[in-house]
Amino acid sequence: MNITLRVNGESHDLDLDPRVSLLDALRHHLHLTGTKKGCDHGQCGACTVLLNGRRINACLTLACMHDGDDITTIEGIGADGLTPLQQAFIEHDGFQCGYCTPGQICSAVGMAEELRQGWPSHVTDDLTADPELTRDEIAERMSGNLCRCSCYPGIVNAIRQSLGEQA
Amino acid sequence: MTVAKPLPHDAALLHVTGQARYVDDIPAPVGTLHLAFGLSAVAHGRITGMDLDAVRAAPGVVAVLTAEDLPFANDVSPGAHDEPLLADGTVHYVGQPIFLVVAETHLAARKAARLGRITYEELPALLTIDQALAADSRFESGPRIWSRGDAAAAIAIAPRMIEGTMEIGGQEHFYLEGQAAFALPQENGDVVVQSSTQHPTEIQHKVAEALGLPMSGVRVEVRRMGGGFGGKESQGNALAVACAVAARATGRPCKMRYDRDDDMVITGKRHDFRISYRVGYDDQGRVQGIEFLHLVRCGWAMDLSLPVADRAMLHADNAYFLPHVRIESHRLRTNTQSATAFRGFGGPQGIVAVERVMDHIAHTLNRDPLEVRQANFYAPDGSQSTPYGMRVTDSIIGDLAARLAETSDYHARRRAVAEWNATNPVLKKGIALTPVKFGISFTLSHLNQAGALVHVYQDGSIHLNHGGTEMGQGLFQKVAQVAAAGFGVDISRVRISATDTGKVPNTSATAASSGSDLNGMAVKAAVDTIRQRLAEMLAQEHQCAPADVHFADDRVTVGGADYTFEEVIHRAYTQRISLSATGFYKTPDLSWDRIKGQGRPFFYFAYGAAVSEVVLDTLTGESRILRTDILHDVGASLNPALDIGQVEGGFVQGAGWLTTEELVWDDKGRLRTHAPSTYKIPACGDRPRVFNVALWDGPNRADTIYKSKAVGEPPFMHGISVLMALSDAVAACGPDYPALDGPATAERLLRAVRRQVGHEL
Repeated sequence: MNITLRVNGESHDLDLDPRVSLLDALRHHLHLTGTKKGCDHGQCGACTVLLNGRRINACLTLACMHDGDDITTIEGIGADGLTPLQQAFIEHDGFQCGYCTPGQICSAVGMAEELRQGWPSHVTDDLTADPELTRDEIAERMSGNLCRCSCYPGIVNAIRQSLGEQA
Repeated sequence: MTVAKPLPHDAALLHVTGQARYVDDIPAPVGTLHLAFGLSAVAHGRITGMDLDAVRAAPGVVAVLTAEDLPFANDVSPGAHDEPLLADGTVHYVGQPIFLVVAETHLAARKAARLGRITYEELPALLTIDQALAADSRFESGPRIWSRGDAAAAIAIAPRMIEGTMEIGGQEHFYLEGQAAFALPQENGDVVVQSSTQHPTEIQHKVAEALGLPMSGVRVEVRRMGGGFGGKESQGNALAVACAVAARATGRPCKMRYDRDDDMVITGKRHDFRISYRVGYDDQGRVQGIEFLHLVRCGWAMDLSLPVADRAMLHADNAYFLPHVRIESHRLRTNTQSATAFRGFGGPQGIVAVERVMDHIAHTLNRDPLEVRQANFYAPDGSQSTPYGMRVTDSIIGDLAARLAETSDYHARRRAVAEWNATNPVLKKGIALTPVKFGISFTLSHLNQAGALVHVYQDGSIHLNHGGTEMGQGLFQKVAQVAAAGFGVDISRVRISATDTGKVPNTSATAASSGSDLNGMAVKAAVDTIRQRLAEMLAQEHQCAPADVHFADDRVTVGGADYTFEEVIHRAYTQRISLSATGFYKTPDLSWDRIKGQGRPFFYFAYGAAVSEVVLDTLTGESRILRTDILHDVGASLNPALDIGQVEGGFVQGAGWLTTEELVWDDKGRLRTHAPSTYKIPACGDRPRVFNVALWDGPNRADTIYKSKAVGEPPFMHGISVLMALSDAVAACGPDYPALDGPATAERLLRAVRRQVGHEL
C-alpha cells in the first residue's frame, strides 16, 4: 500500500506491504540504518525512534499505521551539530559497542519531554508534583533500553548533565 | 604522550549520530540474497526424511542447500571437526541447522525455513549433567585431574572439615547486535567476507575449507561488533560459511543475520557447572587441604570446552594459596547447544566455587568472611605458588583488599548491616567483599602472538591496522594511542582501519583479555621500526646518534633543528625511505602442560576486589544492589576512561549472571528462555544505587605495553560480590549456611529464605 512517511523532516512516498514494521521500513526501504534491530520484539529498545515527539519501539509498529506521522530517527538528531545530549554521551562514555546508542539517545530525548510534562514513573514518590531529576528516576525511565556492555552509569550521567544544562 | 589519557572511544562521534556501521548496516549490492537455517526440532535423532518441496516452492526462494549440496568441508567447528554446518544424518540438539534457505529477502528466507518437513527417529537425549555422567558421555577419555600434595590426607588431619555442592548456571551472551555475516563473490572464485566476529582468521580458515580454496583466496574484514563477550569467537563461523557457500552456489552476494530467537536457540552459551568441594581448615579458616569436583556441561560439540574447563581449574584457587589441592574436571557431552567462550572463559565458574568455600568456612567459624579470605590470600613476597606450580610473584591482593575495605568503610557498614538485620524482620541486608586474581594469556601458548601494519603517508597521516577486533572494549583507541605516542603526534593523525586478514595474517581471536597487550605491542614494534628509520635519516644529516632525535608534540627535534612531523615525512619520502612497516609480538616466558597441569601458563595476573551491599525482601525474594565499591588493577592504564567502563560493565554483567540471568531448558531439550522476554539481563535500574569504581595505582610488574594490564575479563568476577552479599542477607534469616546456587533469582532466594525459617517451598 502507498503511504507517506515524514522522517527527519523529509517526506518519503513508499509502496509497502502492510506487514512491514516501521523498523524495516526505515532500515530496508529508506536505508536509515542508524536505527538498530536488537531483538525485533520490543524488548531491547535498540530500535527506539520518536513518533510525533514520543518514543516508540519501531519494531513493534507497522509502517502503514504512520501515514503522515512525523518520525525522528538518530539521523535527525544533531544533524546540524551535536546536541548537548550527544555531547554528554561522548563525555561520559555512555557506550562501548555503540549498538544500543541510537536507541538510548532517541529514548532519552523522548524521556526528557515526558519529564517536562510531569509524567510520573514507577519510582516517583509524589504523583502530583513535578518529578525530580534523580538517578533513580532516569534509570527507571531508561530501563526499556538495554545495554549489554552495561554502560548504565555513563548513560545516566550523560542524561543528567544534558537535562541539567537545559533546565 | 597520548597514552594514559582518558580519550573517548574511537568511534564515539559515529555512535552518537548513528553513523557507525555494523555488518547489517553495510549497503548491500543489488541482487544480494538472504539466508536462513531450517532447524532441528528434536534434541537427538536420526533424520529419516527431509521433504523440502514446500521450502523450494515458497515465494522468493532461490536455492535450498542440505549437507549433500556442500562442495567441500561441512564443518564449522573451531578445531575438532565435529560440528557440521548442516546436519549430516543425525541431529544433536534442538536448534541445530539442517538445511539452508537462500531467498530474495530476509523475511522470505525465514518464512520458507519453517516449511521444511523433517522426520526423525528419535534417540535418547542427554540433557543434564547427571544424565551425561550416568551415560559416560564426555569429551576426552576421562576427567582431567591436577593436584599438588595430598589433599585427602590434609583434609583428614585438619581441625575442621566441610563439604558442599554448588550449581552454577550458564549465561546467554545477548550481544545486542546478533550474529551476522556477508559474502561478496570475487573473480577467480575468491570471496570477501564481512563478519561480526572476534576471530577473522578463523572465519577465513573455515570459509576457505568450505570452498576448497587456499586461505589466500579469502579475505575477511571486521570493522566492529555490537558486542561479542566471547560469543563471537567461534559462533560466527556458521553464518560466514553459509554465506560463502551460498554465494558460490548462486554467484550472488549473500547475507545472513540471525533473528534474536534463532540466535539464542542456535548458538552456544556460557558453560554451566556443578562444583562440589571438600575442604579441611584450621580455626582461623586457613585452608589445609581442598578437593574440587568440576562437572561441566559442554553441549553437543567440543567447541572451546577443553580450554574453558581448563581455565576453570586454573582459577580454582582465585587469590588463595591452597597448600594441598586436587581438582577433578569432567567435560560432559550433552544434547544441548555447544557451550562456548564467554567473558572469563571458565574462570568465573572456578572462582565462584572457591569464593563459596571461603564464605562457607567463615559461616562455620562465625567469622567475618573477609578475615577468612585475608587469612588465605597469596603472600606478596612471591614465596607461594598456584596449584599448577606457577609462582605468584606479583600478588597485591592483600594490600588492594585492605585499601578497598578502608575506602568502602566495609567494617563499619558490616556492623550497620548486622544492626539493621537485628531490628528489621522483613528486609534483610547483606554485604560481601570478594577478590579476583585472573591469569592473563591464552593457555594455548602459541596463540599469544600478534601482528600489525603501519603506514605513514606523504602528508604525515598514519594508517593503523592490527589483528585485534573492536567489540566496544576500546581496543582500537588504546592501540591508536600507542601509535600516536610512538610517533609523538596527536591522536587525530592516526586513522584506525578495519581488521582485515589481507593486511595482518594469522591472527588470534580477540579474546582472553589479550587484545591491548598483544596488539599494542605489535603496533609499537611497527611504529618503532619506522621511527628508527626517520631517526637514522636525521641523525646522519645532523651528525648525531639516532637516540638524539626526539619525537614529541607533532614535531621532531634534533640538535638545534626543529621540524614539523610532515616535514620529516616528506623528507623521508624524497630520500626513498620506506614509510611502511609490520610489527610482531609474542608473549615471553610461557610454558604449559595442560595434561599434567603444570607450568607457567600466564604472563602475569590482574587483581581487583569488590564490596557489594544488597537488600533482600524476604517475603518475595526480590533484591536490590544498594552499593558497590570496586578497586581494580589495570597496571598503568592506557586509557582510564575506557578501563573504568570495562570495570563497570564487567561487574554488571557478572552480577547479571549470578542474579537474574537464568537459562531454562525443558525436558525435551528446548531452550525456553530464547528472547529478552524470558531471559533477564540487567537494565539501567538494576545497576547499584551507589557505584564507586577506582583503579589501583601501580604499574604492571611484567613488561607489558606501557606497563598496563589486561582489563576485559577480570572485572566480570566482581559480580560474585553480589551473590555473596545475597548469601549474607539470607544467612541473617536463620541458623544455616544458605548454600545459594547461581543465579540467585528471586525464586531461589525466596526458597533459601524459607529453608532458613523452616518452611520449605
